[in-house]
Amino acid sequence: METFILQLINGIRTGSIYALIALGYTMVYGIAKMINFAHGDIIMVGAYALYMLWAVVKLPLPLAMLLTVVICSVLGVTIERVAYKPLRNAPSLAVLITAIGMSFLLQAVSLLLFGATPIKSENIVQLKGFHIGSIMIPGLPMLTLAVTIVCMIVLTLFINKTKAGRAMRAVSEDKQAAALMGINVNRTISLTFAIGSALAAIAGILYLSQYKSLTPTMGALPGIKAFVAAVFGGIGSIPGAMLGGILLGIIEVMAKAYINSALADAIVFGVLVIVLLVKPSGLLGKNRIEKV
Amino acid sequence: MNRKKKLSGKSLILFRAAVIVVLYALIACVVEFKLLNRMMLSLVIPVGINIILAVSLNITVGFLGELSLGHAGFMALGAYTSALITLNVTGLPKLLTFILSMLLGGIVAAFFGILIGMPVLRLRGDYLAIVTLGFGEIIRGVINVLPITGQAMGISRIPKYSTYTIVFIVAVITILISMNLLKSRHGRAICAIRDNYIAAEAMGVPITRYKIMAFSIAAFFAGIAGALYAHNVTFIKPTDFDYNKSIDILVYVVLGGMGSIKGSVIAAVVLTLLPNFLRSADDLRMVLYALALIVIMIVNAGGYKDRFLEKYREKKIRRKAEKEAQ
Repeated sequence: METFILQLINGIRTGSIYALIALGYTMVYGIAKMINFAHGDIIMVGAYALYMLWAVVKLPLPLAMLLTVVICSVLGVTIERVAYKPLRNAPSLAVLITAIGMSFLLQAVSLLLFGATPIKSENIVQLKGFHIGSIMIPGLPMLTLAVTIVCMIVLTLFINKTKAGRAMRAVSEDKQAAALMGINVNRTISLTFAIGSALAAIAGILYLSQYKSLTPTMGALPGIKAFVAAVFGGIGSIPGAMLGGILLGIIEVMAKAYINSALADAIVFGVLVIVLLVKPSGLLGKNRIEKV
Repeated sequence: MNRKKKLSGKSLILFRAAVIVVLYALIACVVEFKLLNRMMLSLVIPVGINIILAVSLNITVGFLGELSLGHAGFMALGAYTSALITLNVTGLPKLLTFILSMLLGGIVAAFFGILIGMPVLRLRGDYLAIVTLGFGEIIRGVINVLPITGQAMGISRIPKYSTYTIVFIVAVITILISMNLLKSRHGRAICAIRDNYIAAEAMGVPITRYKIMAFSIAAFFAGIAGALYAHNVTFIKPTDFDYNKSIDILVYVVLGGMGSIKGSVIAAVVLTLLPNFLRSADDLRMVLYALALIVIMIVNAGGYKDRFLEKYREKKIRRKAEKEAQ
């Protein structure tokens, strides 16, 4: 029982990072209708930026974190302006390939700057765990979970209650109609990318605090997994991304612990396939009626 | 362009046959007389394999219009099946064993294509994409734990049977079959599903059957490409067939233009050779490759090319008018 709970905590730890990345994915997908493959690599940029600012330039931690978020947001908006905006009316697959190219580019540039050998980082955030009965609950996973939940709530409020959020929802429904209503579509999409990338930066910070290691390809696999999580929960749905991420993390860790660690990814995808076959729009996704 | 249009029937077949023979002679000359450096010569077979992969994925992505991110999974099935056959079957002539193993690799991949296709093709768009990605990873994961496939160590000492002649013949067959498929009644049905599946269904096209057909044909050729790959590199392991490989193939298809076989072939050739041309740039190689990908995509799909061609056409018409006026 104790190992089970420990594994569950492990799962939540992995899952809440997936959830945080999935939030950004789902937001960009919901509004810009594109799979931003470079999203995972923005996490990598965030982690490197934090490491550089904090461990090399020796800035105080809060300032370094803030700057990391700003750097990633600016990067996200720049990528959107340079690479995705010219393709707004192109077929969605063309945008997908450009995003893949962008992902390659970010990885290649960081490989050039920092080399392929993993950089080890010191502890960034120290948190004492607490005991419940005989079970020790470590602090960092709980912090990650809390940050993810806060991000989700803030994001939901932002999209549902503010004017900019309403503009986002309008753009996601119909770009042209939104433009006719006086919404600046380009600015709204840029804002979406800025928020999505900021979330990726936070994910990068948390990822670095937990795994304490940096490589240029560190963002690729979590990025793909988070995308799967977003689809799992119903892409475009914010609570869905959260739920999908956590579930994915738990399934992965459980499969690693109790079945076979080499088969863990296959099991994760197997569960995803079954869920999508039973409920084709994901766990919390809305069924769209198709009209002729 | 104009000359091609005049060709039809027999003369078209003759023209194509001539092109194929000349191309083969050219490749044979280059390889036999070592006209290029060793690096380029070692790329002749990978180029052919990538052409087969790109053309086959084009059947799903270009003709059927469904994004598939699991093509490398089918390639893995073909590679492992054929490798196990050539390693374990003895007593038959080499070439016969290889052809048999290749065909069986393709059939196994096609079988799994049907098996996966039946439930999966109910989904559409990005959901389908992610499920095909999932199946690619599941295939890889299972290969990773089965004892017969050598687990993470992979299979080594596969005989090097893939020659440029065999790869060339298989690539030509793949291209011809895809072209004829596109022109046939079945191909038209598949394209109709892509253009508007509701209208196609209303016209009496059995959607599911054609989707599975397109999916399994693509899987078949991917399996054969996998077999050629295994017998070229002589050592295969599960990580060779991860989703990055699927994405590489997808890049060929999209860059070449979805639904264009000629485009797939050109893109596969250019993108296989490009990283090696950039080798002299060494560290900057991947950066340049990524930049090239982004720039080509933006120029190609962002409307710049159309605007340029439009201007060019206008100039041509004006010049013609001026000539006539004189």
